[in-house]
Amino acid sequence: MSDSHAIATAEAGHDHGEHPAYLRHHFVSLEQQQETASFGMWLFLLTEIMFFGGLFTAYLIYRNWYYPAFVAASHTLNIFEGSLNTLILITSSFTMAMGVWCAETKRRQGLIISLILTLILGLGFLGVKADEYHEKYVKHHIPGHTFSPQGFIHPDQEALKGGEKPLAPDMAAKTEVYFSLYFAMTGMHAVHMIIGIALLCGMLWKATRGAYMDGNIAYVENFGLYWHFVDIVWIFLFPLLYLISRHQ
Amino acid sequence: MSEQYKDRDPNSGHPDGEHHIVGPLTYLTIFGCLLVGTALTIGASYLELGPWNPVLAILIAVIKATLVVLFFMHIKYSSKLMKLTVGAGVFTFLILVGMSLSDYISRAWGQW
Repeated sequence: MSDSHAIATAEAGHDHGEHPAYLRHHFVSLEQQQETASFGMWLFLLTEIMFFGGLFTAYLIYRNWYYPAFVAASHTLNIFEGSLNTLILITSSFTMAMGVWCAETKRRQGLIISLILTLILGLGFLGVKADEYHEKYVKHHIPGHTFSPQGFIHPDQEALKGGEKPLAPDMAAKTEVYFSLYFAMTGMHAVHMIIGIALLCGMLWKATRGAYMDGNIAYVENFGLYWHFVDIVWIFLFPLLYLISRHQ
Repeated sequence: MSEQYKDRDPNSGHPDGEHHIVGPLTYLTIFGCLLVGTALTIGASYLELGPWNPVLAILIAVIKATLVVLFFMHIKYSSKLMKLTVGAGVFTFLILVGMSLSDYISRAWGQW
């Protein structure tokens, strides 16, 4: 009771020159406001962890069930393009981190350059991903009525030379489960990238008009958290989908 | 009363009450570590390690993710509340995976 009264009286004789205009009145200090904003962002990211966690759990269980199908199907992924995308995404995380630093230290040019680089790398990632999806289309690896497990029942000469073993038809049919999860996981990741790129465009537009140079950078920081989270999801997707069955 | 809060704001981010800025040198170092980690995980996937292939791949991924969380996402320099929040996320995720997989983990119990 006495608390709210004290704040109310303090507010009455309040001079707006004392603090930045973007400090909301219900926060005690700028630090508390920033902490609250990033705490909220982290709570959102926790829901995202659980969301992708469900997909990862489904993948682990189905990999356990249909192990030969998952091994054979993962061998058809393009390891070069997967590695390239990992490189692109890690670099974009770095440029985004530099963007946050530029905003914190009020470097306008640096912020704009960082955001442009992050944007280009994000689009590059989606471009490589689109090429991979196209390869799946050509090979009839997209789940649905066009899907064909024939390549796993009768591997071609090249695959046989590479040590690929033919699968029994019932197991080969389960490669469709692998590709369903592949598209669900990389697809949801790509959706997050597209949302991120849209937000990035808006942020870039504002930055070119002089925004984020007054210390009000909660948006840049929280977008950075989101972008790094999407990077982390890929850090796990890449080995699980592309790498762990390579040697078999 | 609000003055009293200002003295010891329990929610202030950095212990000094000042926002900690992570510099380009730290970011570059972490970027380098992430590149090395990527190279290692790709290289390890070509080795014949049996059941250790996925274990090694996930271990490297966890290390990379930890570096991103600690430095790119500033958790190393954040308050205990933020560290606890991230910890809660990891813990809940482990419950999700662990409980779901408990059947498969325990199915061959004692038959090794």
